[in-house]
Amino acid sequence: MATYFLRKVLYAIPSLLGISFIIFAILSLAPGDPLAEFGANPEVPAEVRENIKKSLGLDQPWPVRYVKWLGALSQGEFGFSFAARRPVTDLLAQRLPQTMMVVGIAYLIALVIAIPVGVLSAARPKSAASHIVSLITMVGISLPTFLTGLILILVFSVELGILPMIYDTNIKLDSLDGWGKQIKQSLMPIAVLALFNAGAMTRFVRSAMLENLPMDYVRTARAKGLTEWSVIIKHALRNSLIPVVTLIAINLPGVFTGAIITEQIFRVNGIGELLVTSVQKSDTPVVMAIVFIYAALVVASQLIADVVYGVLDPRIKFA
Amino acid sequence: MTAVAKTPVAARPAASSVKIRTQSEEAWRRFRRHTTAMIGLVVLVFLIAAVMLGPLIYTASPLKSNFAVANAPMFGKFIFGTDDLGRDMLARIFFGGRISIAVGLFAMSVSIIIGTLVGAFAGFAGGWTDFILSRITDLFQSLPAVPVLLLVTYLFRDEAKKVLGRELGIFFLIVGVIGALTWMTTARLVRGSFLSLKSREFVEAAHALGVSRLGIMFRHILPNALGPIIVAATLNVGGAIITESVLSFLGVGFEADWPTWGSLVFSYKDYIGINNQAVLLPAFGIFITVLAVNYMGEGLRDAFDPRRGR
Repeated sequence: MATYFLRKVLYAIPSLLGISFIIFAILSLAPGDPLAEFGANPEVPAEVRENIKKSLGLDQPWPVRYVKWLGALSQGEFGFSFAARRPVTDLLAQRLPQTMMVVGIAYLIALVIAIPVGVLSAARPKSAASHIVSLITMVGISLPTFLTGLILILVFSVELGILPMIYDTNIKLDSLDGWGKQIKQSLMPIAVLALFNAGAMTRFVRSAMLENLPMDYVRTARAKGLTEWSVIIKHALRNSLIPVVTLIAINLPGVFTGAIITEQIFRVNGIGELLVTSVQKSDTPVVMAIVFIYAALVVASQLIADVVYGVLDPRIKFA
Repeated sequence: MTAVAKTPVAARPAASSVKIRTQSEEAWRRFRRHTTAMIGLVVLVFLIAAVMLGPLIYTASPLKSNFAVANAPMFGKFIFGTDDLGRDMLARIFFGGRISIAVGLFAMSVSIIIGTLVGAFAGFAGGWTDFILSRITDLFQSLPAVPVLLLVTYLFRDEAKKVLGRELGIFFLIVGVIGALTWMTTARLVRGSFLSLKSREFVEAAHALGVSRLGIMFRHILPNALGPIIVAATLNVGGAIITESVLSFLGVGFEADWPTWGSLVFSYKDYIGINNQAVLLPAFGIFITVLAVNYMGEGLRDAFDPRRGR
């Protein structure tokens, strides 16, 4: 077990290095100058421009800068934002909580919906309810999140006027009233993300269950005279959950990147919103840090999926 | 493995009472029985025909503005109303749909070509080639797709515009980047099919007849691995249309005067509550197309793999 885990971690490190190298190369080789802002300003003399460039380390070739970036990263530093003129870690600390809260709650809600609905609709695959579930989930995965978001805004903000259209980031969470407002404004972003993920997950639970239900061991359990309930929950569901659990882990980064769009619709000042504005401002250190965090999330969730799969499925040998 | 080897028709027992169907006829028969998939196909053909032929019949300009009729409602003088500048929404939806669907089809082609080539060489050659190609596939799989897409399109759009012109530059940049970031699933599927098919007798027979390695790969093995590739291709079209709209929604897609469904949603999103049809219609266009494509993909998957339960 320990060696299996260790081997997976050892595989993860080079792929993180590879990804960070690729992203750094894309950012460095792209045409365009992060200091264009100063270049366009005629009041900034050429030598001042050069000095700024030097002070930011931009006069060195990019492979050298990459090694330096890695060195800083090993100290837990992501560099200094050009635009905000503050350490990138400060910006991240400010933005991450919003995204984590919305994404985390949405994912939990999606799970709470997906498992029972998926199991029940697989248990009666020919029933009308099961067909309706499969229709709704298909619509759910085909609806672009911006359309769901816009419809919710139209219904709840414009027509009914009961939920705020724009996320207010200055709400103080020291009173009951503040909390109420915070919950109210989080409802729509969470709902959009939860709906989208619940659709995909329900379909996955359903198809995993449908694969297991015709198996011999399920027939054996029935033949032994167990109740249908216990056959489905204790036997079929337990085996179906193995691929589902790994999917939950693998999909997590997708939820974070999906949040980029929801944050844009509702103007939540999360990490995705920071990425979009930093890309537009050519704020390279911030962009690099955020894309690296997303990549680390992808690699980490693949690692978790591998390990969980290994733990849950005894057929996987830890040799 | 999902692919079923195609037995040459001549090699089958010639029973005159049994109608002999090829594998693709068999798959088409199963696909036709799949009601929702057939509806998806009909809807998709209708949408493509509408955006292609629509502007020939409905000749209003998608770009001409007329403030006197700004924000006109639906089903009045204009079938789909007008936008904030009084431009005809139906004409804009037609033109936007052309580009959105074209992006979907082209990006799918790029993705399928890369994926098939990588998967075919990895699965057929094995050894070091397989190891290196598989690691590259893993690496691309680990790239966070949306952020990297956003970054690359934003950083390289000026360069692409310079080289290929304003519209074509963005088109090929977006199509290329989406294709280059979505080929991994196809590569894995194709690699798996090639691994299992390359040791079959018909491949050995082709070897014995002196068919070249490339001939074996693409003339003999590939046709037997087409099922999963077609399914992946179908689903890729929907994915690419959504991805393009996401890029447009984040403001790095096509320019406002070259409408796609995604860029239309983006440019009208602040008019929600004032001019709902302008923002919702293009979004519904994306939704209906993707829904149709997803149902077709489901039908094709069942058609090519009869053992898969529904």
